[in-house]
Amino acid sequence: MRVTVDSEKCQGHNRCGALAPALFEFDDYGFASAVGDGQVPHDQEAAARLAVANCPEYAISIDEDGV
Amino acid sequence: MTGNHPPVQDWAHDFDHTDPVWARDPYPIWDELRRSCPVAHSDRYGGVWLPTRHEDVTRVAYDTENFTSQSPIVTEGRPGIPAPQGIAPPISSDPPFHHDARRLLLPAFSPSAVDRLESFTRGYCESLLDDLADRDVVDAATEYAQHIPVRVIAEMLGFPPGDADQFRTFVHNLLETVDVPVEVRIENFGALDAYLGAQIEDHLAHPRDDLTSQLLAAEMGGEPLNHEHVRGTIALLLLAGIDTTWSAIGASLWHLARTPADRLRLAEEPGLLPVAMEELLRAYAPVTMARLVKEDHDFQGCPMKAGEWVLLSFPAANRDPEAFDRADEVVIDREVNRHAAFGLGIHRCAGSNLARMELRVALETWLDRFGEFCLADPDAVTWSGGQVRGPRTLPIALG
Repeated sequence: MRVTVDSEKCQGHNRCGALAPALFEFDDYGFASAVGDGQVPHDQEAAARLAVANCPEYAISIDEDGV
Repeated sequence: MTGNHPPVQDWAHDFDHTDPVWARDPYPIWDELRRSCPVAHSDRYGGVWLPTRHEDVTRVAYDTENFTSQSPIVTEGRPGIPAPQGIAPPISSDPPFHHDARRLLLPAFSPSAVDRLESFTRGYCESLLDDLADRDVVDAATEYAQHIPVRVIAEMLGFPPGDADQFRTFVHNLLETVDVPVEVRIENFGALDAYLGAQIEDHLAHPRDDLTSQLLAAEMGGEPLNHEHVRGTIALLLLAGIDTTWSAIGASLWHLARTPADRLRLAEEPGLLPVAMEELLRAYAPVTMARLVKEDHDFQGCPMKAGEWVLLSFPAANRDPEAFDRADEVVIDREVNRHAAFGLGIHRCAGSNLARMELRVALETWLDRFGEFCLADPDAVTWSGGQVRGPRTLPIALG
């Protein structure tokens, strides 16, 4: 599984950072991006889905088969 | 809420967000409008629209072509400082000016910057509760909730903490008292302006490590900020975080005081608080923003005229059953919660990380201290009207 943040849509609500802190990092302005290449460890898959489902701007997406 | 306007008889065609009925319980009004309207209109305030569906609120929030943010508070008059800067940048600014004006502020309110304020905030909450320790009944709105954001923003701006009462007067006059004549508004703005003028003078003479000095030294496009920009932004920082966060803390305590099952669940599972807090923000979102219509156009079949207001009710959007399961219930462990309490799009509340930290710390500290509490007198609870709604009197019995 791979997670990505659309930087055009992210407005810095930081919901993903609260729900899946291992998967997202933030710049000095509070905008999110995926950690590293966005690869999601197995034990973080539920957290990744929760982050997607709670983003008010629909800025996060998951590629279930991403490697 | 001041009730200076005639009472509302017809919410679809003559609504007023300062009406005492709205202040007391707006949810049935919005539910009915959402079913039957769903975009209400009123001739009050020179014309104002009210979308009530999540989809329509989102559409307006994202549409900076047809709507300007130049004055986010609905009043009888119209703003004196035009777009794209507006009266209190960046909340009152439009693109592209908005982008740079906002980036001046964001680092001070980023998650890591806010983390650094947490222990100060916790210590302050503890000290407020120490002073209430021996009491049977406390007013959680005036003796607890309202002090927290005031103290934190004074710290950030480098303003004297002893001026807190003045800040609350500014908030009351400028944000809660909007149904007054333009002359009264101008007078109220004058008092704030004089206060800020003195603080700015003091910071110019004695620069220090705070947000006010930072803004006075800031540049946009290689130029220092103009006088109205600096003053407008400081006014925004001073006012915008106070009654909003106070309302969120108060509404959360009000809910827990009248809902023993949720209170007990949080006592048993303190780790649930971050999730519970988002649900309380959804259900009792305090803040409604506003836009002005730029040009005459049709919005979802509504003939919007240039210069009319649009109330952007994130609280109503958060109760839309099309967007949320069991929208009218507080589901304290709701896991999927794409609520819009802090707005949507480019004007997402710049202080949302700070507000969330204050709300979480205020609730943690309170719940840690008081295992048992309930409303001392449910009928004595009062709510502010207008665009920021929260408890203003909240007697809670302890123990």
